Amino acid sequence: MRPLTLGRLFLRCGILAIILFFVVVIALKLGAVQVSLYGLGRDLIRVLLHQSSGISTDYGMIVVDIRLPRILLAIVVGASLSVAGTSFQALLRNPLADPYVLGISSGAAVGSILALMIESQFSLSPEFSGLITPFGAFIGAAVTIAAVYFLGRREGQIDSSTLLLGGIITASFLSAVIMFLMSTLAAGNLRGASYWMMGSLSSLPPTSLLYFLGIGFLVAAGAIYTTASDLNLLLAGEKEAMHLGVDVPRVRMVVYLAASILTGLAVSVSGAIGYVGLLVPHAMRMIFGSDHRMLLPASALGGAIALVIADTLARTVVAPSELPVGAVTALVGAPFFIYLLRRRLS
Amino acid sequence: MSSPLRTPQSSSANLSPDQPRGNPDVRLSVEQASYVYAPNPSQAPLFTLEALSFQAKAGEIVAILGPNASGKSTLLKLISGALEPLSGHVFLNGFATHALAPKIRAQRIALVQQESRLLFPSHVSEFVLQGRHAHGRGLRFESEDDITIAKNALAQVGALHLIDRWMDKISGGEKQRVILARALAQQPILLLLDEPTLHLDIGAQVDLLDSLRRLAAENRYTVLVVTHELNLTGEYADQVVLLQKGKCLRVGSPASVFQRDLLEHVFQAPLSVEMTSSGRPRVTLFSNK
Repeated sequence: MRPLTLGRLFLRCGILAIILFFVVVIALKLGAVQVSLYGLGRDLIRVLLHQSSGISTDYGMIVVDIRLPRILLAIVVGASLSVAGTSFQALLRNPLADPYVLGISSGAAVGSILALMIESQFSLSPEFSGLITPFGAFIGAAVTIAAVYFLGRREGQIDSSTLLLGGIITASFLSAVIMFLMSTLAAGNLRGASYWMMGSLSSLPPTSLLYFLGIGFLVAAGAIYTTASDLNLLLAGEKEAMHLGVDVPRVRMVVYLAASILTGLAVSVSGAIGYVGLLVPHAMRMIFGSDHRMLLPASALGGAIALVIADTLARTVVAPSELPVGAVTALVGAPFFIYLLRRRLS
Repeated sequence: MSSPLRTPQSSSANLSPDQPRGNPDVRLSVEQASYVYAPNPSQAPLFTLEALSFQAKAGEIVAILGPNASGKSTLLKLISGALEPLSGHVFLNGFATHALAPKIRAQRIALVQQESRLLFPSHVSEFVLQGRHAHGRGLRFESEDDITIAKNALAQVGALHLIDRWMDKISGGEKQRVILARALAQQPILLLLDEPTLHLDIGAQVDLLDSLRRLAAENRYTVLVVTHELNLTGEYADQVVLLQKGKCLRVGSPASVFQRDLLEHVFQAPLSVEMTSSGRPRVTLFSNK
């Protein structure tokens, strides 16, 4: 018998963090403009020492001002989507649950677009207007989960195939809403429909929003982590969890709100990037098992690694042009989804 | 025996400011408890469990006996605290079970259900350690004590050799024992079992009930078993609560409840009842033709 210990948790997370570091270094180096590892190291140290003025080369500008923020964005978005996926899988007791498949990301995208429209109608102060999109995305995500949850219930129980079908239909309906909003009401800078439906990390949010995103991630993921051992029991069903001492309504509410926040934050800055929340939790479960005390941090780090890799591929394979990162994740994720579905049926 | 499983008396001793409620020997007290399932208040109820009362002491095995749709599961939900009685009360050591906080309730009441569905594969050891959840705080990782208690629980049901196996790779009878071990790891004072013999062959049924008999005697658990197995009830129960269509027809010892006319009426089958030399009733069923 080897239950999880704090030491093993840190060791495994440490290994994942080291992998993430190397992936980030490679991602910084790769791109339309080649950068040497030496130059990369020198410039990064300058940034850390707040001596950015010392970086005068174009290379430095590309790495520090363009690639680095984009990679940081990929880290936060990937971690958010993976933790949200892990949470939804436990909350809905469905291993195929994922913010994108269930239409939650599309809901968040609709929320973001509506928020951007409201923002363009009223002249708001810049500090406030930066936050209105993530807030709209959160509301959109939360409303969509509630809708999908009720669509997926049959006789008081969640029916997993009804839930998935309900989610897929919701996603398709919301995509139509996005197209409708884009083609009829679009005014000002709302980005393109493909941005919201496929996801992309190419348009960088302002630095202040990036900080807000990081803090939001830590708070929401931390809240979910406090319920990690409850989630382990919730996998056996709500009634059984209750009899083992889980305060089911409280856990459900915490995870529901926090996972909505995570999805909303991610979608508001990157659109609906699919399958990260499905693929990464499953890969981590295969490696580390299904104990959420290990699975949640592993998913966060694994999601960051996966999205940095996916985004690096998105901007390098057809360089100097680039793919939406959601296309890369869907190319890998959709076949994997089919595989999981077939395995469940057999 | 000084295993950590033997704490029920000590934990029951320190939890009762309003303890002296009638007989101090009584651990579980169901007092005129009733329940009604209705889709909404204006419509006719789908099912009614009429008010019933009984009491159970420490170390006692109580069988809730009845055919399908007699209200057994509803009564179990009232006792486990999952439902609040419409009228009347269910007290465990003087506390209303439905009003206990989930954690406290899980420290005192363990429920063994027919089947435990798993979404992802899990080890037997992880599964039994789930029983320790109610005794932990927040994110606390399992302590040496928790592991000892889990191992003792597995040993008590004769399943220690399964500890490193996967839950989905063991037989139905083995799984039933592991589920029971998880309940024991909760260190409850009241052990509830919902149709525990349903998927077991005859040898495993006798095994399980022998373990329950022993556990009730050694650990002073109050054991409550929901069942429709007449002969197992006759052989193992100290007290029988006989239900039919939401009514409690009789409460008492197996010898007093197992009357031919009464059982034929409740189970709608011709049968005969004889007393064995040990004073236990034995039921034989006949064909209707």
